[in-house]
Amino acid sequence: MRLEPRTHTPAWLWLAAPAAALGFTLLATSLLVAWAGAPVGRAYVLLLEGGFGSRFAWTETLTRATPLILTGLAAALAFRARLYNIGAEGQLYAGALAAVAVGGLHGGSGFAAPVGLLFIAMIVAACVAGALLLLVPALLKSRLGVDEVVTTLLLNFIVLLLVSAMLDGPMKDPGALGWPQSVAIADALQLQPLLERSRVHSGLLVALLLAALLALLLRHTTLGFEIRAVGANARAAAFAGMPVGRVMWQVALLSGALAGLAGAVEVAGRAGYVTLDMSPGYGYSGIVVAMLAGLNPIGVVFAAVFVAGMLVGADGMSRAVAVPTYIADVIVAVSLIAVLVATMTTRWRVHLR
Amino acid sequence: MTDTAVPAVPAAPALLRLSGITKRFGALLANDAVSLELRGGEVLALLGENGAGKSTLVSILFGHYVADAGSIEVNGRALPPGQPKAALAAGVGMVHQHFTLADNLSVLDNVMLGTEPLWQPFSRRRDARGHLLDAAARFGLQVNPEARVGDLSVGERQRVEILKALVRGAKLLILDEPTAVLTPQESRALFVTLKKMVARGMAILFISHKLDEVRAVSDRIAVLRAGKLVASFGDATAVSPQELAQAMVGRNVDAVARDAARARPPAGRVLCMLRDASVAPSGERPALARVNLDLRGGEMLAIAGVAGNGQRTLADLLSGLLPLASGTLEIAGRSLAADPRAFIRAGVARIPEDRQSVGAIGELSLWENAVLERYASRRFATWGVLRMAKARDHARIIVERFDVRGAGALGLDAPARALSGGNLQKLILGRALTGEHYRKPVPLLIVAHQPTWGLDVGAVADLHRRLLDACAAGAGVLLISEDLDEILALADRIAVMARGRLTDVRPRDAWSAAALGLAMGGNQTAPEARDAT
Repeated sequence: MRLEPRTHTPAWLWLAAPAAALGFTLLATSLLVAWAGAPVGRAYVLLLEGGFGSRFAWTETLTRATPLILTGLAAALAFRARLYNIGAEGQLYAGALAAVAVGGLHGGSGFAAPVGLLFIAMIVAACVAGALLLLVPALLKSRLGVDEVVTTLLLNFIVLLLVSAMLDGPMKDPGALGWPQSVAIADALQLQPLLERSRVHSGLLVALLLAALLALLLRHTTLGFEIRAVGANARAAAFAGMPVGRVMWQVALLSGALAGLAGAVEVAGRAGYVTLDMSPGYGYSGIVVAMLAGLNPIGVVFAAVFVAGMLVGADGMSRAVAVPTYIADVIVAVSLIAVLVATMTTRWRVHLR
Repeated sequence: MTDTAVPAVPAAPALLRLSGITKRFGALLANDAVSLELRGGEVLALLGENGAGKSTLVSILFGHYVADAGSIEVNGRALPPGQPKAALAAGVGMVHQHFTLADNLSVLDNVMLGTEPLWQPFSRRRDARGHLLDAAARFGLQVNPEARVGDLSVGERQRVEILKALVRGAKLLILDEPTAVLTPQESRALFVTLKKMVARGMAILFISHKLDEVRAVSDRIAVLRAGKLVASFGDATAVSPQELAQAMVGRNVDAVARDAARARPPAGRVLCMLRDASVAPSGERPALARVNLDLRGGEMLAIAGVAGNGQRTLADLLSGLLPLASGTLEIAGRSLAADPRAFIRAGVARIPEDRQSVGAIGELSLWENAVLERYASRRFATWGVLRMAKARDHARIIVERFDVRGAGALGLDAPARALSGGNLQKLILGRALTGEHYRKPVPLLIVAHQPTWGLDVGAVADLHRRLLDACAAGAGVLLISEDLDEILALADRIAVMARGRLTDVRPRDAWSAAALGLAMGGNQTAPEARDAT
């Protein structure tokens, strides 16, 4: 096999490449479905119906997509600047803890404030917690050259242990019958449902708004220009006079804040409290979402809905036919690889010999 | 060429035969039915401007690309297309213009890389070292096998590339623009090496656009223009440079040279002053030791020297990338913080040595690259929001004035990596010189580091003319170059840099060729003083 750079990408390829990637994914994973002993066609119909086939399916998918959009944006922004933030999971939990600390513990501490102010304080606290958690690895990277992939990844485990300690200690909910669960935030601080009889909440609107803002930031602002330039070629950016170190910590603050916000939105939009399993790996899936989207903020929205739909649909499918829900993870993983290969063909011509 | 023992060339069998090579990239016909023959014991020069199809042709020969039509024979046997391995096995060695070395490995590691089978339990370093030193001694190529390639100068890296091919037993060596990075002395040493190679029956395909050296080194010359073989000359010494230039460009080109009458002592004020300026060495960057320099408006001061003697450190210092360890640096009488923006604002136009990876960002569009140094100024941004229309206007002016071509259908939105080297350099020069932001029509000071390396005759003449024009309009130009011909043609005054030190700055005519050569070798004193020590 040989690759040649394309001087020109034909228009049909922009459509054909992702379509081929999706087709390949379904074909490849159908082998696993058949191996599990389920009828392939019916399993896929159930998967799609479960994810997108009804009002209920859509609301569940969008509920799951909300934190994925935010962590996806966190990853996309950081990756654009070549700051490889693998720590969105930890930042999400840090944000969730901070949200409960402000929104749930004030009753006991005698701290009282108007609901509006408290809500803002809760959101800001979550963003700050996530931002600071990423600022440390970013500064270690730009000052001392410490690899941020290692530091952000390992911080995830530290934060999870911290969460565990808090849930059994200062933040423990005395009324939870011994379950490791935090106190809940005040009812008045909960996000409102968008639709009746659904779990979809206004956090979705926040996520969509932020995706749009981030797209504008990258394309139309000097900071966005700096982020793209530093990410594409830090040496040339420094030669041109761009403040590379400043861009790094600004990106770290923004990316960490987005992941921290995801934690606050999950707390305020769903259970109202923190548990150790509140995130089924939203931070890590956010990386997949960002890569599927080609690090494009608007693409992140669609990629997050796709991934969420697969996860929700697989739940339904596994109940109806005997295919484990892990098939969703396989589909998402294969589609990521397929999409990466497919986008490669838009830049390179492949010769098979 | 005093060597009279040149073998009877026509009698030798063809080592390489290209027949009817055709290659198309989209609408571009890069090679159009090119046929060539090369025999053992001869040097064939392949001459052509940038974009004439030279690199495509050798890429096909070496198996990087597959030709749409045509065939390649080495030693009478057809070479399977698209397999660099087969080309290597057939004895084809290649030294690329952009080196393919691993910077973080030693010279020996680089030479060994890919030569050993995967399943061999221990690498035979001692043997490989022997082969390397043997080849180095045989062809007069000095290297230290344990040196890290990242620490070597460009000239030294080229030696490593050549040795890599020799150690692999190349019978046919392809050299892509080999002298672009060498001093005259180094070039001459390379030519001696090439003569030794052909005397041993090797064949050399020498790609260049420098007319004089092509005539000096080669036996035959083939000229490519727009993908076609437009001329070939059987006796390189019998053809005039004018004939070659015309065949290459398709029209007459006048080399730019400084009018001798204009080379007078400069009268302008001091724009750049260095006093005992020192920079500590760090990593790959050599030190700068107590450098003194006065550059005045309206003059072109050239820094000559062999690659890797501190020129890059000096260029980085004057680009605002490095702080001084001691001494003073003043631009127009003011000392500035080590910040590129401060230098840009003070009117320093900077042209970096490495245009592909320092001068521009290949992934960004032309218009974004055009405002890369000034996007944050009030002209191009309000409250942190880019004024894209203004930026595009600015880019359009640069593209028109500096004749930047090759963007294709995307125009200003095309990524900078789509541009050829010459056009990219025009964009960078345009960015540095386009001066609505200055109160004056030209920048105060131009720091150009190797501005013409790898450019074709037309682009070089264009760049020289623009530098001289800026100079005539009052700008001070610091030309850091390893090309002595360029320096002697353009500069008013010359200083030589060797091992981080700078000689006195003397008028061009005060330098003899011998003095320049000695100074480049690191002798700070005059020849007679050397005898006294």
